[in-house]
Amino acid sequence: MRWSSREIRSLGVGLAYLAPSLLLFAAFVFLPLAQTIYLSFFNTRATGAITTFAGLDHYIELLTSPAFRTGLLATAIFALYTVPVGIALGLVLAVLLNQRLRAINVFRTLMSSTIAVSAAVGALIWLLLFNPSLGLLNYLLSRVGVQGPEWLIQPTTAIIAVSITTIWLTLGTNIIVLLSGLQGVPEEIYEAARLDGAKGLRMFTRITVPMVSPSLFFLFVVDTVAVLQAFTQIHVMTRGGPVDATRVLVYSIYQDAFQNFQFGFASAQAVILLLLVMGLTLIQFRFVERRVHYQ
Amino acid sequence: MRTGTVVNYALLIIGSIVVAFPLLLALSYSLMSESEIATFPPPILPADPTLDNYGQVFATIPIGRYLLNSFVVSSAVVVGQLITASLAAYAFSFLVFRGRQLLFFLFLSTLMIPWEATIIPNYMTIRTIGWLDTYQGLAVPFMATAFGTFLLRQAFMQIPRELWDAARIDGATTFRFLISTVVPLSRPALGTVAIYGFLSTYNQYFWPLLITNQTLMRTTQVGITQLRFEETLRWGLVMAGVIMVAAPTLALLVLGQRQLIRGLTAGAVKG
Repeated sequence: MRWSSREIRSLGVGLAYLAPSLLLFAAFVFLPLAQTIYLSFFNTRATGAITTFAGLDHYIELLTSPAFRTGLLATAIFALYTVPVGIALGLVLAVLLNQRLRAINVFRTLMSSTIAVSAAVGALIWLLLFNPSLGLLNYLLSRVGVQGPEWLIQPTTAIIAVSITTIWLTLGTNIIVLLSGLQGVPEEIYEAARLDGAKGLRMFTRITVPMVSPSLFFLFVVDTVAVLQAFTQIHVMTRGGPVDATRVLVYSIYQDAFQNFQFGFASAQAVILLLLVMGLTLIQFRFVERRVHYQ
Repeated sequence: MRTGTVVNYALLIIGSIVVAFPLLLALSYSLMSESEIATFPPPILPADPTLDNYGQVFATIPIGRYLLNSFVVSSAVVVGQLITASLAAYAFSFLVFRGRQLLFFLFLSTLMIPWEATIIPNYMTIRTIGWLDTYQGLAVPFMATAFGTFLLRQAFMQIPRELWDAARIDGATTFRFLISTVVPLSRPALGTVAIYGFLSTYNQYFWPLLITNQTLMRTTQVGITQLRFEETLRWGLVMAGVIMVAAPTLALLVLGQRQLIRGLTAGAVKG
């Protein structure tokens, strides 16, 4: 390929406009990405300085370590508790909000309010709600005759508490995305279905759900990625405990890197996290591409 | 009103109360005394509302300084993102050069890389260059945005090519066209990028937790969680802190809801 002087000049101009972003991406995304992979093959001192080559040792240790398996399991349970419930709840509320009623915008703002709430704020509020003696949750449970658990003390309920908090935090985003998906469904489709005698639940499962399936799939990926990255609510509510029940992948990276100072071992886990997120995002990209092609 | 409408409104009201309940409860508890909070059954509304807890927050942690830090860092990120993303989006929409497509994919690829996966080397970089406990350490790593670039590129491509041709005939430089025509015509999209950048930076937790150690360099999110780890846990105090920290973002939600929704529904790509 020959380059004319004009082409070289226009490339120079283009790169000049891209330079600020490219430099920042190089310094804080691409280079650290390469460093993470590199570090995962080495042992380090507590300062982070590299000492000896570890080869695949960290990865082998991960595969054979029960702690890592427990962590992956905790991550999977966390995703399983959070993502489907969050999306289902979001869909029900979005359908409710997708009506032409007076003052509907007030309800839309109220129900999507959690998009502005930070994980730290949400975690602190839910910490109070889950408090066994002061919290409203156990009081309400006691009113219906259920003895509320010590939410954050027991492993099985701690992960549920963190999941409920996370569902609440992501609800705003889910509602907004699904509402805009619902608004894109042509009215004629509902009309036609109504003429065919469909209504209520049947209309919901046969028309609404298939028509918003692109939004549902989008949220499935985005919410799962968000769960994989969730750190704040765990740090504020449980610190990974009790007995590692909420020590999800990101939290394990944090503890191994910044509390145990095993940067190499933590980097190997970061590579696993990277592969999981990249895999999910690539599936999403492929899916969108296909939709665009066959529209 | 028809019964159907009444039922719908009832459901909407119940749904809104349930979803907004934790926030409303935080507000309510922030106005209660500690002794009232400790009563059984747990109260919902304050019998005797007081602002004492808010005063106590100021006495316990430097909340004013935390808010200042968060505003400085978030604003710096917004300004940085608007500049870098405008320049890049301009190159991706108006300029023609070899490798443009490839570079655009390079930008988009950053969306697949979770910040948490690169946080170890990033921490080391910031420590090596002496940026721990500084505003630049908190802000600079986030000043480029693939999502914002993508969003602005969409907006820039809506601008009629005739304007570009006319500007060239008038002898305007490439940069001048960006400043005098493209940017002013793209204000809504710039608003979306700004609100997004502000909200996501203001709400950050992991990164500021890692790179700040001095109390006075803490941001709001990290700062208020300290209240949880005080010797005696005072819930009224914690909730007052929560309300003070959440208030700016909730105000932003009310003011910039349209921009936020546009950002969230911009398609498959999300920052």
